[in-house]
Amino acid sequence: MSTANQASAVIPQRWPRIGSRSKRVLPGFGLSLGISLLFISLILMLPLTGLVMEVSAMSFDQFWFVITDPRVVASYKVTALAALAASLFNGLFGLLLAWVLVRYEFPGKRLIDAVVDLPFALPTAVAGIVLATLFAENGWYGQWLSKLGIEVAFTPVGIVVAMAFTSLPFVVRTVQPVLEELAPEDEEAAVSLGASDALVFRRVIFPALWPALLTGVALSFTRSLGEFGAVIFIAGNMPYVSEVTSLMIFVRLQEYDYAAASAIASVVLLVSLVMLFAITLWQARYLKRIEGR
Amino acid sequence: MTITVDGINKRFGQFQALNNVSLNIPEGKLTALLGPSGSGKTTLLRIIAGLESADSGRVAFSGKDVTKLHVRDRNIGFVFQHYALFRHMTVAQNIAFGLESLPRKQRPPKAEIQKRVSELLDMIQLPHRAQRFPAQLSGGQKQRVALARSIATRPKILLLDEPFGALDAKVRKDLRRWLRNLHDEFHFTSIFVTHDQEEALELSDQVVVMSQGNVEQVNEPTELYARPDSRFVFNFLGQVNVLSGEVKHGSLSQGNARVTLPGIQHQGSAQLYLRPHEVRLATVPAEHANLPLRIEAVSLIGSEVRVELRPEGWTSEGSDDIWEVGISHAEFNDQRPTRGDLRYAVPEVGHLFTGKDTQPETVSWAEAKSFPRVRLIN
Repeated sequence: MSTANQASAVIPQRWPRIGSRSKRVLPGFGLSLGISLLFISLILMLPLTGLVMEVSAMSFDQFWFVITDPRVVASYKVTALAALAASLFNGLFGLLLAWVLVRYEFPGKRLIDAVVDLPFALPTAVAGIVLATLFAENGWYGQWLSKLGIEVAFTPVGIVVAMAFTSLPFVVRTVQPVLEELAPEDEEAAVSLGASDALVFRRVIFPALWPALLTGVALSFTRSLGEFGAVIFIAGNMPYVSEVTSLMIFVRLQEYDYAAASAIASVVLLVSLVMLFAITLWQARYLKRIEGR
Repeated sequence: MTITVDGINKRFGQFQALNNVSLNIPEGKLTALLGPSGSGKTTLLRIIAGLESADSGRVAFSGKDVTKLHVRDRNIGFVFQHYALFRHMTVAQNIAFGLESLPRKQRPPKAEIQKRVSELLDMIQLPHRAQRFPAQLSGGQKQRVALARSIATRPKILLLDEPFGALDAKVRKDLRRWLRNLHDEFHFTSIFVTHDQEEALELSDQVVVMSQGNVEQVNEPTELYARPDSRFVFNFLGQVNVLSGEVKHGSLSQGNARVTLPGIQHQGSAQLYLRPHEVRLATVPAEHANLPLRIEAVSLIGSEVRVELRPEGWTSEGSDDIWEVGISHAEFNDQRPTRGDLRYAVPEVGHLFTGKDTQPETVSWAEAKSFPRVRLIN
């Protein structure tokens, strides 16, 4: 199997070669890599290939026409801005939550820790319906907010709320382990050198955290870009105002225009991939610089 | 600055880490806090630094009460066992941290900070590593950077928590000597924590031996080694050979073993403690002592030959029922002791502990000096 042989060249030298009777715990590198690649192909790559096939059936003019349709462009803006707002909010709130969960002992800590994963467990449509009900003008939150003149449900703000809800775990779960590993001695060293609490956070804790925080925010952002279920119930879906891109894809599908749906989806996919790659690369370079490898 | 610790108590849950500890650390001296793990030495150091707070008691620097003072205001340098360097900062940035953290009014100008950092880099002999990150340094280099960082603001007090604990033997030795020079040059009042008796005895002006949250003994290294005043200190400072038995009519005996004790009035149970260099080995018993032992192992490495022996017809208490005696290489070449040989221990000087009284009485046998080390009777 040629793929396995090529991959073996990447394995660091200190590991025994694939063919030799190795002393590693799990034998059968060739087999396990083969199975992994097969599953990646079937589950991840095949649908993507389908998407590309669908798109490549269009001419570039057609493709450009579909993805630059004014209503679609408006949806890009709404989606990107809402995702940005939601991920920034999560960056802040998620950091706080992770901090509290790692640094303090309090009754109910384990419960809160478990609840953080709720957005992953809950069907997003259910989340959307619940949020819409809560924030509707006569809902629990909505009735108070409307007295203050704030409308959440069926506005772009609602989109932000839904996105923030579904993508919160990304930030908490990426920051948490890094915080746990942060040696208390680093803080003690800084304080013994006379640094104020604010300075310790700014110059010692945050620099150690931010690569993880950035990853968390980026994951949260890309997740929000594609969020559909939770958003459509609360967004109101008014053209040019509160329509998200994933809804546009859905609309095209409803019209049996698979090519157009694929074209719009490819835009979202491209943006997400480029951003994740960029952040991974940037982070790798940063870590390489300070680790000196 | 002198450091005064007065009646410190500290409890972690059910565990009494420090039990009414009082200490005086003289100005300009290098003091070692020595003890096994769990003896409370690190806790005491952290309380002096202000990183931990005591349940009760008082800490004073030069008579000024600092018990309630925050660590950042105590103006101490603290060095951690695992360096605690900021890994995202370069060596130079790490060293500059303390100076840059000073309140705006006291903070020196940038150029001044840079100058100070480069002086410190020269001092730790790492000027060419200024722009490196901690991960690119070896353990010894990291610890030197940590030291430079801790003294950048010119503290009067330097506290070191097992500063060489994470380093290998060779680097440890170099760094020890270097720290001693540094201390002599800058006249800090320094305290360092260690569990290594050799390190404590070699490096410090004064040793505080601790066990189970108590101070066992405070003395200069040479005095401490010569006159340990408790069984614990005796056991902790190097290898010791013990004969435990009954004293009757000025003679301590147990099984086959017997030692006369000139000048001892005590009757009843007692333990005789002997250091490896206070005992000779002979092929026949001496007048004053009959301590038959069989050789278990001979180790030639080092300036002395270390012989491990097992009591024959009696038992030793303590480390695995084994006695350890050091002989010179010359003696070794004469006697050629090998595993399985029978030898007799001839004590020259011993320390007798009687009953619960913890102060030992020193016993010496003048006749041992003239006793021939090797007597060939075949």
